[in-house]
Amino acid sequence: MNVSLLVPLPVVLPLLGAGAALVLSRRPHAQRAVSVTVLAAMAAIAAVLAVAADQEGPQVAWIAGWPEPLGIALVADRLSALMLLVSSLVTLAVLTYSVGQGMTGDGEERTPISVYHPTFLVLVAGVANAFLAGDLFNLFVSFEMLLFASYVLLTLGGTMARIRAGTIYVVVNLLSSMLFLVALAAVYAATGTLNLAHLSTRLAELPDSVALVLQLILLVVFAIKAAIFPLSMWLPDSYPTAPAPVTAVFAGLLTKVGVYAILRMQSLLFPDQPLTDLLMWAALATMIIAILGAIAQSDIKRMLSFTLVSHIGFLVFGIGLGSAAGFSGAILYVAHHITIQTALFLVVGLIERRAGSSSLVRLGGLARLAPLLGILFFVPAMNLAGIPPFSGFIGKVMLIEAGVADGSVLAWLLVGGSVVTSLLTLYAVAKTWSLAFWRTPLEAHEMAARLVTAEDEASPPRGASPREDRPVRLGHGEGPGLVAQGLDEVERVHDPDHPDRDLHQRLQDGDLPDRLPRSMVWSTTGLVAITVALTFVAGPLAGYTDRAAVDLLERTPYVSAVLEDTP
Amino acid sequence: MDANLTLVLTGAAMIGCGVYLVLERSLTRVLVGLVVLSNGVNLQFLVAGGKAGEAPIVGEAAASEMSDPLPQALVLTAIVITLAMVAFVLAMAYRSWQLNDHDDVQDDVEDAAIRRLAESDEQSDSFDLSSDEPETFEQEGA
Repeated sequence: MNVSLLVPLPVVLPLLGAGAALVLSRRPHAQRAVSVTVLAAMAAIAAVLAVAADQEGPQVAWIAGWPEPLGIALVADRLSALMLLVSSLVTLAVLTYSVGQGMTGDGEERTPISVYHPTFLVLVAGVANAFLAGDLFNLFVSFEMLLFASYVLLTLGGTMARIRAGTIYVVVNLLSSMLFLVALAAVYAATGTLNLAHLSTRLAELPDSVALVLQLILLVVFAIKAAIFPLSMWLPDSYPTAPAPVTAVFAGLLTKVGVYAILRMQSLLFPDQPLTDLLMWAALATMIIAILGAIAQSDIKRMLSFTLVSHIGFLVFGIGLGSAAGFSGAILYVAHHITIQTALFLVVGLIERRAGSSSLVRLGGLARLAPLLGILFFVPAMNLAGIPPFSGFIGKVMLIEAGVADGSVLAWLLVGGSVVTSLLTLYAVAKTWSLAFWRTPLEAHEMAARLVTAEDEASPPRGASPREDRPVRLGHGEGPGLVAQGLDEVERVHDPDHPDRDLHQRLQDGDLPDRLPRSMVWSTTGLVAITVALTFVAGPLAGYTDRAAVDLLERTPYVSAVLEDTP
Repeated sequence: MDANLTLVLTGAAMIGCGVYLVLERSLTRVLVGLVVLSNGVNLQFLVAGGKAGEAPIVGEAAASEMSDPLPQALVLTAIVITLAMVAFVLAMAYRSWQLNDHDDVQDDVEDAAIRRLAESDEQSDSFDLSSDEPETFEQEGA
C-alpha cells in the first residue's frame, strides 16, 4: 500500500469530524464519540507516517494532482511526522479530559457546549496542516485555521475576563497574520513561487540583502506565534483566563507550531543561516526574562504561562546553533515540552476543580487533601525543571552538549543561561509546591491574613470607596483604582461580608466537591505517564531526532522527495 | 519584473492608515484599521503578480498575454479570511460593549497592578509570604 495516500488524512479527518460534530450538536454523546474516534485515528495515522518517513524517506501528497507544480503539497518527513504524532496524542488526552469536565460546565460559566467539539477539531486540523504544509501559503492558511479556532475557544462563554484577554490575543495575532501576508507577497514577488522545495533553491539565487529582508519579516511573524521575547508579551496575559483544557492545548501546541515554522524556515529556506546570532540572543532573553516573570506570579496558571515562554528559549537556542546536534536537541525538547506543558495545565485544571482556585494565596495542604493530585503535579513539575532521570533533563543535556560542541562565546553564554533558567524553574515550581501542596490550609489562611494587616498598616486607606464596593472591576481609565489582583483577592477572602473564600474557609464550610470526574483524572494520568515514558524511549527517540536533524541539514531528502513526486 | 508604482503607493498609503487606526483604543476603529490594512496588503499581492494582462482562462487568450493567476487565488483566500476576521472582531466588540458599555481595549491587569503598587510604594504580593516578621512590611512600605 502506498503510505503517501495517508498524508492528507490528518487534515481531512478532523475537518470532516468537525462537520459531523456540528451536525450532531444536539447529541452530546454522539459528538464525543466522533471527536474521540477522529483523534484516535489521527494518532494511529501519525504513527504510521512516522515509521514510513523514518524508513522510506519523506512522504509527499500533491493535492488535486495538477500537472504543473502549482497545487498544494503536503509533506510528512521525520520532523513533521513526529510533531504530528505528539500533537495528536496530546489533543486526544485533552479532549477526553474536557469530556470529563462536561466542557465546560465550570459550574457558574454558561458555555455553549455544542460549539466546543467542532472548534476543537478545526484547531487540530489547523495544527496538523501547519506541520504538513509544503508551501508557505498553505502554512498561512493553516495558521489562520488554528488561530480562528483558538479565538473562539479563548473567548468561550464571552465572560468579561475572557473578552478582555481575547481582545489582546486576537489583535496581536491578526497583526502578525497581516505581516505574514506581506511576507508572502514579497516572497512571491522575489521568487515567483511559494513552494518550500522550490524556494529552497530560488532564495539562494537572490541578492543577500533581499533574502535577508524576507527572512527578517518571516522571522518576526513566526516569533510572534512562538512567543519569543520581545514578542511574547501577549501570551501570559491571554492564556490563563481560558478554561483549563483550552489553555492546556494552546500551551502545548500553538507556540510550538511557531517554533516548528522557524525550524523549517531556518533549515530549509535559509541554510546559510545569517541570523543565528540574533536567534541566540533572543533565546537568551526569552529564557531569563520569562522565568523571572514566572517567579513573581501568585497564580499557578500565570506561573506556568511564564515558564512556557521561558522554555521556548531552549528550543530557539537549539535552532540558533544550526548544527545537527542543536536541531536534534531542539526537536526532542519540543516533543518533551508539548506533553509536559499540556500535562501541567491539565493538572492545574484539576486543582481548580478540587480546591476551587489556582491562586497561591488561597491554596494549601493539597498534598494531604488529594495525594494523587500531588503526584500528578510533582512528577511533571520536576520534569519541567529538568531533574534526572526525566526527559526534561535529557533534552537539556542534549542542548547543552550541542552548545558546548559549538564552542563560541555566545553558545557558552547560552549554556550558562540554560542552567540558570533550569534552576530558576526549579525554584518557581518548588515555591508552588511548598505553598499549594505542603503548608496546611490554616497556615495559608494566616499568612494571607498577615499580608492584609501588614498592608493596612503600611499604607493609608487607598481610595475613598469602602472595601465592599471594590470587587473585581476591570474598569477602563480608573487609573490607580484598578485592582492589584493578589492583594485584593486576599482582602476579599478575609472580608466576612464577601462570599469569596479560600481553601481553609471552604474546608470548614464543607463546600468542596469530594471527587474529581474520573475521565479527567485518567486522561491527566495518561498524559503524565506519557511524559514519564518519554524517559524510557529517550534512546530510540534521540536516534530518531538525530536522523531528522541530519535530514534538515542536508535538505536534499525533503527537496528531492517533493520535486520528484510532482505529478 | 515590472512593478506598478500606483499600486505600490496606494497599498503603502492604505497600510499606513491601517497601522494608525490599529493604534486607536476603540475596538471598532482597530477593526476598520485591520480591514484597511488587509486591503493594502492584498494590493501588494497584485503588485507581486507582475504586469496586468488578459483574464487567465484557457482559450480566452494566449498564455503569454495572461496575467498571473496565482496571486489572484491567494488574494481571494486572503479576502475570505478577512471576512471571517471582520465577523469575529465585530462580535467581540459588540460583546465588549454589552458587558462594559464601551469597546475600548482595556488596560493590562498586571501592568495596572504594578503601576498602582509603585504609586503607593507597596510590596508586591509575591513578597515572601512565609516571613515571620510583619514589621519589615512597615519599614519597607513607609
